[in-house]
Amino acid sequence: MKVYSIALNTFREAIRDRILYLLLLFALLMIVSSRIVSLLTVGEETKIIIDIGLSAISLFGVLIAVLIGIGSVSKEIEKRTIYNILSKPIHRYQFLLGKYGGLLLTILIMNLVMSLGLLLTLYFESGRFELYLLLAVGLFFCELFIITAFAIFFSTFTTPILSSIFTLAMYVMGHLSWNLLALKERIASFWGKGLCLLLYYLLPNLENFNIKNEVVHQLTVGWKPILLALGYGVSYSVVILLLAALIFQRKDFI
Amino acid sequence: MIPALEIKKLYKSFRTGFFLRKRLVLRNLSLQIQQGEVFGFLGPNGAGKTTTIRIINGLSFPDQGEVFIFGKEHTNVGVKARVGFLPEEPYFYHYLTGWEFLDFYSQLFGYSRRYRHKRIGFLLELVGLQDHADLQLRKYSRGMLQRIGLAQTLINDPQLVILDEPMSSLDPIGRRMVRDIIIDLGNRGKTVFFSSHILSDVEMICHRVAIIIGGRIISVGKIGELVKEKIEFHEIVLAGIPPDKLDSEFEVISQETDRTLIKVEGEEGIRRALSFIKIHKGRVISVNPQKRSLEDIFIDEIRKEGERN
Repeated sequence: MKVYSIALNTFREAIRDRILYLLLLFALLMIVSSRIVSLLTVGEETKIIIDIGLSAISLFGVLIAVLIGIGSVSKEIEKRTIYNILSKPIHRYQFLLGKYGGLLLTILIMNLVMSLGLLLTLYFESGRFELYLLLAVGLFFCELFIITAFAIFFSTFTTPILSSIFTLAMYVMGHLSWNLLALKERIASFWGKGLCLLLYYLLPNLENFNIKNEVVHQLTVGWKPILLALGYGVSYSVVILLLAALIFQRKDFI
Repeated sequence: MIPALEIKKLYKSFRTGFFLRKRLVLRNLSLQIQQGEVFGFLGPNGAGKTTTIRIINGLSFPDQGEVFIFGKEHTNVGVKARVGFLPEEPYFYHYLTGWEFLDFYSQLFGYSRRYRHKRIGFLLELVGLQDHADLQLRKYSRGMLQRIGLAQTLINDPQLVILDEPMSSLDPIGRRMVRDIIIDLGNRGKTVFFSSHILSDVEMICHRVAIIIGGRIISVGKIGELVKEKIEFHEIVLAGIPPDKLDSEFEVISQETDRTLIKVEGEEGIRRALSFIKIHKGRVISVNPQKRSLEDIFIDEIRKEGERN
């Protein structure tokens, strides 16, 4: 109940924030304008629209998670609203959990609106609702479990600006971390190999959530990688949130 | 009876500056506040009042020492349900309306919808904001924010109310309202612990006060005892006597149209002035005792502290 109230309040804060609508507007503009770009090709219009549309959903999803996510915990600390809420009969981890829930709810709804935009754009192009691309959007949402957890994690001990930089850095690294495995094969030294492997397992591998190419080219995607990605997203976020709660529990508000 | 609030040997230090030098902000601070007491926590800015209050609320952790609320560890979540807290400056969610704001906090106590609505209506009326319930907090003035803050403090009908500088940003009407609410809480047997640096805020309403300077409790006791014999002189405003007549007898401070302000010392001085006015058929407008203000006491104590070191 308490976590739910905090989540709902977080959601309310987010949807009353203008920046959310600005991001949404840009995302929808990008999706709709993909039709114009698609005119440059012959016969591949749908593919181009899906490609650009999914990229837009992914990019703006991350931006929303970072900008709103950082704000929701850091701002409470910076504006000292947190003093009041933590003096109420709640545990500190409940506060973080509520924030996380509220952020995911906001992101879910934004993702749904963007997907609807993409589906409608495609419908005007091909006359069909290409529902299978919701699978890709679903996995993007899973990816945001991790990004949002990182946003909260960094907010518990550093400033808003640094938190957003760190979180964006995690996003970029997460999409490149699979290269570490390739790098490992090329390094001769034992310690070098070990370091690559360690980093690979520590950093999130966000490419696990990327099935955009498969969806664009209408290749079949098995259930196994999807379920694995889902499990990976959930367990990775749980670990990050636990770390965040540990830090937050001992945080001295002075 | 178990004390409402018991602070035992609190030490707290911060690390500041580039070299992270340790600075002690609370030194061996102990206090006991009995149930039903209205207790003033007085001190100049930077004395450690807010730090103490943050430690009581579990926002900050002491280096050493313990805090008990109604005999239980202060971080106990169950105990927090019996406490109401108003932070120093009202920073609240500006995107919420007054009503939503109170509703959000009351949800954290797990109250039913029906109870919440009843309680919020009552509190809004108590702080005089019933007409602004649907306004977003971003449109509230500072005084209104302080008042809605006070309303959220009382949302759980707390047995211990902790207020950090509750009157600092209020106009006279607001101060009076806060004062009346504190008096009413005291009458209803609640314990109130509040900090202030303004003597007039506390002198009429507190059973006991503690004075904290430089992180140390300097004195604890009834306000009258602490600030007793501090009346230094009286100022008398009178009319109907030309100032040149007064000049030879008294110290004239100022003169405006037919009113004159004179300064007299001691009871004897007052008696002498009053009979003088009677003889010369003047009128007494007012007699005002000029007390040494709390600030003077603070400055004295700080000076003493300097001499001690």
